Amino acid sequence: MTAITGADTAATAEAVKFLQTRHRFHWAEVLPWVIAIAVFYLLPGYRLLATQILVMILFALSLDLIVGYAGIISLGHTAFFGTGAYITALLAANNIPDPLIGLVAAAIGAAVLGFLSGWVLLRTAGLTLLVLTMAVTIMLGELANDFDEITGGFDGINFTNSEIFGLIEIDQLWYTSSYIYVLVVLFLSFLLIRTIVHAPFGRMLIGIRENTKRMSAIGTPVHQRQVLVYVISAAIAGIAGALWVQVQGNVTTGVYAFELSGDVLIMIILGGTGRLYGAFIGATVFKILESLTEQILGTNQPYWQLTIGIVLILTVLFARRGLYGIFEDIGEKWKDRSQ
Amino acid sequence: MKKYLIPALSAAGILALSAVQSDAREYKIGFIGPMSGGAAQLGQQMERGAKLYMKLHKSQLGGHTVKMIVRDSKRPGGPIAKAAAQELITREKVELITGLIFSPNAMSIAPLVNKSKTPVVIMNAGTAFIPNMSPYMVRVSFTMWQSGYIMGQHAAGKLGCKTAVSGYTNYPPGKDSVAAFKKGFESSGGKVIDAIPMGGPAKVPDFTPFFQRAKSKNPNCMYVFVPGGNHAAAVAKTYQALAMRKAGVQLIGPGDITQSSLLQAMGPAAVGVVTASHYNMFLKSAENQAFVKTWQAEYGAKSVPDFVGVGGYDGMAAVYAAIKAANGSKLTADGAMKRLKGWKFNSPRGPISIDPETRDIVQNVYISTVRQKGGLLVQEIQQKFEAVKDKCKELKLGKCGKKLY
Repeated sequence: MTAITGADTAATAEAVKFLQTRHRFHWAEVLPWVIAIAVFYLLPGYRLLATQILVMILFALSLDLIVGYAGIISLGHTAFFGTGAYITALLAANNIPDPLIGLVAAAIGAAVLGFLSGWVLLRTAGLTLLVLTMAVTIMLGELANDFDEITGGFDGINFTNSEIFGLIEIDQLWYTSSYIYVLVVLFLSFLLIRTIVHAPFGRMLIGIRENTKRMSAIGTPVHQRQVLVYVISAAIAGIAGALWVQVQGNVTTGVYAFELSGDVLIMIILGGTGRLYGAFIGATVFKILESLTEQILGTNQPYWQLTIGIVLILTVLFARRGLYGIFEDIGEKWKDRSQ
Repeated sequence: MKKYLIPALSAAGILALSAVQSDAREYKIGFIGPMSGGAAQLGQQMERGAKLYMKLHKSQLGGHTVKMIVRDSKRPGGPIAKAAAQELITREKVELITGLIFSPNAMSIAPLVNKSKTPVVIMNAGTAFIPNMSPYMVRVSFTMWQSGYIMGQHAAGKLGCKTAVSGYTNYPPGKDSVAAFKKGFESSGGKVIDAIPMGGPAKVPDFTPFFQRAKSKNPNCMYVFVPGGNHAAAVAKTYQALAMRKAGVQLIGPGDITQSSLLQAMGPAAVGVVTASHYNMFLKSAENQAFVKTWQAEYGAKSVPDFVGVGGYDGMAAVYAAIKAANGSKLTADGAMKRLKGWKFNSPRGPISIDPETRDIVQNVYISTVRQKGGLLVQEIQQKFEAVKDKCKELKLGKCGKKLY
């Protein structure tokens, strides 16, 4: 360690400033919410799709927390999404129709599952972990299919939620109140996640992602911390699952689909992992391509998988940090020029 | 030919003129089916059937036209189908929804159409209680109970089976089908000695352990339900590989295991399989022969219509009947239901009608056997049961007996 020179001081000051202001809100962070509100008024015919996008953003955020920040790669995140979904649906179908109780129960249920499975699974890493997480969700899917007296099996169950606070009905045709409901839950959950990743806990997660051994060496109980973030992520995924079925009034074994786990992983890779807003961009782009490719191309031929495949390949080849990385680059250039 | 051309043209001209005068209306309808992924073949069959009817019956509506908007439901399971339906209703402003291959897709849109009062014509989805979920749904396809119950009676009677084992793909249509078979078989004096679940519908499993278990029970008949698509060929091959026919086990099932469009792919192993179904392409009626001929003229000699294609064709016939009854005014759910309850049609599968009580299909069920004829597999019709209703609703079993909306 040599004495700090003048040039170093400037660089250090900048680094210190970055660390001090990192958690502050940037004006551009208003954008996604402005867009969300604009979509509500300008594109009422697309509100269900928009609602589904909001839920997928929340689901993708929960996955980003473990994949992007803590470096735990999972192909079975639908285990928590699906469990949250079934808990909410079964409560509603069995005379506990309050949607908020449903959300809380889903979060708790998914968190418990996250704790139980995480405690065991997180002793492994890499491919083993990938396959084990997948196995968990496939098993749960088979259970849901098998116990069809309770779950409705492959056909699923329809249910009706009561009004939110006894006042606001979750509307399933025009998606007015449903959209706002989901947007509010997403916003609150996002604030929570944003706080977590900017807190020392979040920094520590990145440390674990970058170098597990060093974190162990400086005294971090790595396994415990991994389980903790896994539980938090599971709870948020459970909330996403609950919202998913609440706004549709219907649950099927599709919520445990292994494909959905893959889809949501593609979403955060598209958007950019380990950067909160990547989930916003990835989920939006994915769902729009999935639903509207055929309409945009003006054809009845199903090209959506091809389109998503091409976009994914291009992203991986040319924008390693995802689509959000492109925005970051543009932001940097703009800053450089203005200096 | 030429001398008829001018009168024909002028007649067409007059028709077109009169159509313009009587305020020709374009009816927008939505069609939801799997157009991509593993079940795309089913979606294509259904769409082809529907489009064939539209093409052949352009003049039926007296100048009014129909615009069919196709949406892909992708995977089985509610969300995408429901999003498609919501968007079709609120943004495209369709007046009717049709298609629907998978039961969960049809179920997921029930609350939606109840709210928007949009009539639905189901072209395939076969879980028995679906029409109980909405007062605005009619079904022109089938229920698993129609084929299963009759196959049970036939197996105990004509085929002389005393014991049977059933094997089924483990999801509601499979459970429906074996429950119906059991009821029919045991009411006619037979006994089902084992029921074997054989994996989920998404993937074709290795059937060997399941068939081995069935063989070890030594039944006279083995009743198999697998979903339409690629399962059936594997069933026939496993049956042959384990030499079950030699062991005296007759393979029977609903028409899903001998789907006309996939029959040739099953190979000689399928010869002798007995099935009960409401349609196969070998029916001898004039309507069916004309249907198969126009189908192949339209889609090529290699394309073969099966029960899904006929579902699409007949479904569109029902849609046209409802539109014709609306005659230029808006197609309302109440109006459409009024017209379609008791609706009758001479389908390629024989005379069909919609039961006014349950809004479900009433149709013939045929028992047929697979035979080899000049290098090709054909199905020979042995027996015909007329005007068969859904047994599950008749006996009011479980959800079939309840109003679910």
